[in-house]
Amino acid sequence: MSGLLAAESATTFDVPANVTFAVLAVLMVVAAIRVVTTRNIVHAALWLVVVLGGNAVVYLLLQAEFVAMTQLLVYIGAIIVLFLFGIMLTRAPLGKASDLDNNQRWLGAAVGVLLLVVIGFSVTRTWGNDRLDFVAYELPAATAGAAVEVGGSGNGRTQALANSIFVDYLIPFEVVSVLLTGALIGAIVLARRD
Amino acid sequence: MLLNQFLLLAAVLFSVGVYGVIVRRNGVLVLMSVELILNAVNINLIAFSTYWGLGGQVFALFVIAVAAAEVGVGLAIVLLIYRNRRSVDIDQLDELKG
Repeated sequence: MSGLLAAESATTFDVPANVTFAVLAVLMVVAAIRVVTTRNIVHAALWLVVVLGGNAVVYLLLQAEFVAMTQLLVYIGAIIVLFLFGIMLTRAPLGKASDLDNNQRWLGAAVGVLLLVVIGFSVTRTWGNDRLDFVAYELPAATAGAAVEVGGSGNGRTQALANSIFVDYLIPFEVVSVLLTGALIGAIVLARRD
Repeated sequence: MLLNQFLLLAAVLFSVGVYGVIVRRNGVLVLMSVELILNAVNINLIAFSTYWGLGGQVFALFVIAVAAAEVGVGLAIVLLIYRNRRSVDIDQLDELKG
């Protein structure tokens, strides 16, 4: 929804989008840090839900509605449930546990901070002043007009994405299907008892 | 909005995920940290897709599909480790160490 607003009035949308982004970014970073530091393994899975949901809202801010919905369905609908199943089946301690971290915490923190500095410096150096104006995948005028007539629901972008998947990237798409089948069979073979 | 704010958020999430992969001992928690890393990459892909065209969104969808496959196989492996050793502590899996 927020993506649509941005498409209609890119100039007036900037402030609410930035406020949303700021709140969301703080929430996501705190939740991500909780995922890797909490002593309760179920809480880690639930904090991960916050990060994944925040990711979906970030995709909405970037006008990628279809990917946002896919994120909600696949990650929060399926992957979190898989994680909770994994926690249950491995009989992880459900309360607080003190042995979830190894003794390399300072080394890990140093590596993380170093990575952050290097990546942050290089992206700021390269992309520091680039503004997002959301024109990169605007539809041609005729198609955009048709999409607005159909209901003004912004179908155009998802339609363009579908065209992109099934025309430009058809072969990779089929390869991903085969990969998913292979992973499914592999998971069954690994996990069944015999 | 600046492109850079999304890239920096992704960088922070990526670094936190790498910290988790290094520090956590429980196999399931390591997989969760890998999910953090993959999501950071997805933010980057989608931020650049507003900049250069739809290919980034397509690849983000591919990453989501591959992540689902990875979690399925990864959790099956963790389950197998648990069944064989009654523990998912990956620091104890050091039989290949010389």
